[in-house]
Amino acid sequence: MGSRGDLLVQIAQYFATHGSEYVHAVVQHVAITLAATGAAAVVAVPAGIACSRFPRVRGFVTGVFSTLRIIPSLAVLFLCISLIGVGEAPAILALALLAAPPLLINTTLGFSRVPGAVLETATGMGMGVARIFFTVKVPLAAPLIIAGLKTALVEVIASATLAAYIGAGGLGTIIFTGLGLLRSDLLMIGGVSVAGLSLVVSALISWTEKRLLPWEA
Amino acid sequence: MMDVLTPVSPALEFHHVTKRFPDAGYNAVDDVSLSIDEGELVTLVGTSGSGKTTLLKMVNRLYEPTAGQIVLRGHDIMAADPVQLRRGIGYVIQQVGLFPHMTVAENIAVVPKLLKWDSARTGARIDELLQLVQLDSAEFARRYPAELSGGQQQRVGLARALAVDPALMLLDEPFGAIDAITRDGLQNELLRIHAAHRRTYLFVTHDIREAFKLGTRVLIMHGGRVQQFATPDEIAAAPANEFVVELLASAGTSVGPSGEASVETSGGMSAGTSVGTSTGDDVRG
Ligand SMILES: Nc1ncnc2c1ncn2[C@@H]1O[C@H](COP(=O)(O)OP(=O)(O)O)[C@@H](O)[C@H]1O
Ligand SMILES: [Mg+2]
Repeated sequence: MGSRGDLLVQIAQYFATHGSEYVHAVVQHVAITLAATGAAAVVAVPAGIACSRFPRVRGFVTGVFSTLRIIPSLAVLFLCISLIGVGEAPAILALALLAAPPLLINTTLGFSRVPGAVLETATGMGMGVARIFFTVKVPLAAPLIIAGLKTALVEVIASATLAAYIGAGGLGTIIFTGLGLLRSDLLMIGGVSVAGLSLVVSALISWTEKRLLPWEA
Repeated sequence: MMDVLTPVSPALEFHHVTKRFPDAGYNAVDDVSLSIDEGELVTLVGTSGSGKTTLLKMVNRLYEPTAGQIVLRGHDIMAADPVQLRRGIGYVIQQVGLFPHMTVAENIAVVPKLLKWDSARTGARIDELLQLVQLDSAEFARRYPAELSGGQQQRVGLARALAVDPALMLLDEPFGAIDAITRDGLQNELLRIHAAHRRTYLFVTHDIREAFKLGTRVLIMHGGRVQQFATPDEIAAAPANEFVVELLASAGTSVGPSGEASVETSGGMSAGTSVGTSTGDDVRG
């Protein structure tokens, strides 16, 4: 496999010859991640709001999603393949299923933790239902929703590596190639890139959080 | 919106108002009839569960009466749009309920914004109100509620409720969670503010001393019913029934119109003073 020096040379060579391929893999990885997390949010956030409002829905929905959470992502992926075949769509579906639980649970918590006294005075001051929702409930639930989003994104970024396995591309392609050819340079590039992406996204969200939520000391 | 500046006497009337909560076997408020004049500061006192909060919340329609009628400045409140009605009524509760994601200034600006005040007028009013509740505007206007003490939060709650100079203020144990010394200061400020503007206040407390110190008249409730509604002097001189006697006894011997409360107020705030004689309608939004 060669020494550490060889490894660095190999890595440099890879970027020199496969630079555009690498960029493509990163872009694909990000695109799959955003599509899956976005799809999950579209379903899970409204479902979470419904859960916080109706206790009966809450029992059922959180039950379903908690169960979903126990199933390993690889198993979900295989299930998706057997149902809708290979390619990008089943990968995004599987990853969306993975992203949904943290989003749903945190949205539910966020909305149910808005203090009753705040809602009472908001109503008492003459704010309408829609105004209370958008200017009071949403901002006060936002910190937890954003925390859920962060968890979801980090999980999806890591698991999206598996998407390459079913032909959806992304950084997993580099890793699987590395495994197939026993090339530690490729494994290193893929692994570090996935970890780096995760860190960058976390940092971006933390930064947005501070901008968006100045009252959260 | 209801015309809140035309003086109509009485300010607030209850006609056989009853409230029974769903599935309850008793009336939380039971056939209450009374009339409150413009500019009065009525304190509502009674044991826990006597229906004080329920009575108060029917006025701004957070609760709907089961029977009876509430008339605010000549208008049946059930005929008004509840959201519009509430914008003309100040509301303060024990837990304050400040918006944690808004600064002190933004909290105070909520109702002015709802009423589409321009920013210059709102800004001037914020400064004026912070001064009124004795908070330094430069120091506090941009703070978030989490950066305030309990007493300061309640001052902001009061300022927020007073923002558009509502004709009626509803206060539900506003100083209930505040230490004795701070509470005493806040009580005196409330008296000063009330004396200066002569709006109608309905103030709930479970503390008979506070009720006697603040009230131009005191409304004593028990089991959802009015036990006595009179000036502190009248109640002290002639308690209406056994319950009132017990309530007075529970507060010790020194219950009565409080002298120190009126020291710094111009209009003469000792209990029993006739209302409506003040000329101090100087501050308006
Ligand atoms: N939202 C509610 N639902 C059902 N019962 C209530 C509700 N609010 C108050 N009650 C009942 O009505 C009665 C009066 O309560 P409340 O007005 O809160 O009393 P107070 O403010 O004098 O302590 C109590 O018996 C209480 O249990
Ligand atoms: Mg109460």
